[in-house]
Amino acid sequence: MNNIIKKFIPQILAILFVVLIFGFLTLNAQTNMDNRGIDFGFDFLSQESSFDVQFSLIEYSGSDSYSRAFLVGLLNTLLVSFISIIICTILGVIIGVARLSSNYLIKNSAACYVEFFRNIPLLLQIFFWYYAALRALPMPEKANAWFGVTYMTVKGYYIPAMIWENLNVFLYCGLAAIISIIVLRNYASKLRDTQGKQIPVFLYSVALLIVLPLLSFLFGGVSLGFELPELKKLSKISYIYEGGISLPPELIALVLALSLYTSTFVAECVRAGIEGVSKGQKEAAASIGLTPNQVLKLVIMPQALRIIIPPTTNQYLNLTKNSSLAAAIAYPDLVLVFAGTALMQTGKAIEIVSITMLTYLTISLTIAAIMNWYNKKIEIKEK
Amino acid sequence: MFKIIKQLTSVVAMFAVLFAFSTETMAAKKSKTLENTKKRGFVRCGVSQGLPGFSNADESGNWTGIDVDVCRAVAAATLGDATKVKFTPLSAKERFTALTSGEIDILSRNTTWTLSRDADIGLTFVGVNFYDGQGFMVRKGSGIASTSEFKNGTSVCTNLGTTTELNMRDFFDSKGISYEPVVFEKADEVVAAYDAGRCDTYTTDKSGLAAQRTKLSAPDDHVVLPETISKEPLGPVVRQGDSVWEDIVRWSLNTMIEAEEYGVDSSNADMMKTSNNPAIKRLVGAEGELGAAFGLDNEWNLRIIKQVGNYGESYKRNIADTGILPDRGPNELWTKGGILYVPPAR
Repeated sequence: MNNIIKKFIPQILAILFVVLIFGFLTLNAQTNMDNRGIDFGFDFLSQESSFDVQFSLIEYSGSDSYSRAFLVGLLNTLLVSFISIIICTILGVIIGVARLSSNYLIKNSAACYVEFFRNIPLLLQIFFWYYAALRALPMPEKANAWFGVTYMTVKGYYIPAMIWENLNVFLYCGLAAIISIIVLRNYASKLRDTQGKQIPVFLYSVALLIVLPLLSFLFGGVSLGFELPELKKLSKISYIYEGGISLPPELIALVLALSLYTSTFVAECVRAGIEGVSKGQKEAAASIGLTPNQVLKLVIMPQALRIIIPPTTNQYLNLTKNSSLAAAIAYPDLVLVFAGTALMQTGKAIEIVSITMLTYLTISLTIAAIMNWYNKKIEIKEK
Repeated sequence: MFKIIKQLTSVVAMFAVLFAFSTETMAAKKSKTLENTKKRGFVRCGVSQGLPGFSNADESGNWTGIDVDVCRAVAAATLGDATKVKFTPLSAKERFTALTSGEIDILSRNTTWTLSRDADIGLTFVGVNFYDGQGFMVRKGSGIASTSEFKNGTSVCTNLGTTTELNMRDFFDSKGISYEPVVFEKADEVVAAYDAGRCDTYTTDKSGLAAQRTKLSAPDDHVVLPETISKEPLGPVVRQGDSVWEDIVRWSLNTMIEAEEYGVDSSNADMMKTSNNPAIKRLVGAEGELGAAFGLDNEWNLRIIKQVGNYGESYKRNIADTGILPDRGPNELWTKGGILYVPPAR
């Protein structure tokens, strides 16, 4: 009995304390807002936003509601984070491995890269990529075509738009390919465990990924056309490209800055992970006759990944949160659209900041959950 | 980094609202804000982050501009010294939170008076110190002479968190033109992006365009289009709930405008005490007990005129002589063909 009291009383007190503080804060905010004639409520979310957004993944115009504007901002935040996470991971792995290279030049270039990009404040890098690049890029009418059909200009990167017919058939084929790869992998590991036979799973997977979607073109009535960007005159001296897709320079600058900056941290995580696997492991693996490829794939990487994943998760989280710096260069992310324009137009500071904070929290927790799940999967399973 | 710090401040400001004890209960004829200001010894004034002519700091941190002069007038009236003002530069996004949370007591930051701002978010506009309207700036070489020549796909640079964002949507929607809004948080960032060719046009209040044009690399290559697409009455704002403080700010501004109307300025104010015109005598504190209504002494208005000057002096010093808008346009007195008209101080 005594024990139970000792155990629970402090916890109950702590919870009570937290509840009281929140209660006090809410009550106080309410009184103050009442005094100042500020209403509290989320009704504004369904009102017409009456402002436009530069770049949106979904249909949006000023006659849509504030909640739709929120969604536009959220999707833009997710887009820039997703692209940057992928690029920073690829770059990070390459640089991290390069830092361990025995080649003097490669090793030191990688070290320079890491030290340089890691030690300059991110906001400065964003400004650099945005304003320096803006000044250096050509006006649309003077731009040279890259790969024949894309144009990098001061107003954005113009690429051809894909025009699909029967896109859903193509997507189903892609899905079928992925499912058959999973089945194949399971079958292959069973085969290896029971009969000791090895089949080249990777080659088969690639083949499946190419062949199945290709079949949809031949037999499924799928066709793909391109709409090319074309130069259009706006005034005597100003032009834009019409048709195709335009990636705004704000997005490009932000992705560049975020992924270059975060890739240095990922590179350090990768290096730490590989160096954290003791040399004996490699030598032991070699001595039982595994090829260098197999040593890396079967012995080093599985152990290194366990060290790499947790700190890399942190970097992904940082990247997502850092993406809110977008507002500085006019990329319409959640902070700019919702905690910026929408907040200003409605004046609902407490409501909007709370929603924004909760949204970032949710995004971060989701990323953490996915990474934790992956981490669990590759953990040492003690049998 | 700046961004993070700025966000931190707005969060802190938000928590300030949460924590601030609700002390502003009914106090007849007594202004809590005035009491606190006197205790503190300076007026807390929110201004822009740098808009020449309105509120701009020089290298040594001295603020000048017609918005700045409103705060100086209040300091002269309440504290007897126009220099006793602490200026807080605010972005468009931060300004209202700073005011409602009590970080500042006057917001004098080229802020447009609209119904929703006045009624919705705990603010009170006290008057208009500049009549403005939204316009567009384009490159001279573009050959565009009117807003009717804008074509689909025009990219437009502007500021975040302003009525500008709403006006341009109304404008382009009504004309059926599709456009690309590029929205920055700071005015300097808008200028830099427009200067680099990111946008075909730059839109904000016309006074703002005139002021920002001076910051472009080649100001003469740019021109402000003649059309005005909106009404933008700019004026000082106070928190709702302290009507005495509201009156002090309103009548400090009105005093400056009325002084110009009666030809009282910083050089002749003392002599005007012996004027034959009772209206002028009231304006320099030689007749009546006007200050008592706000709990101020009787020379509050004289100090404003002597230390800050009348509206005309302020306009000339800050906007005309700096070459921003030499022509006063609607901001001329009603007696001279403008629309500046204030109720009588009596």
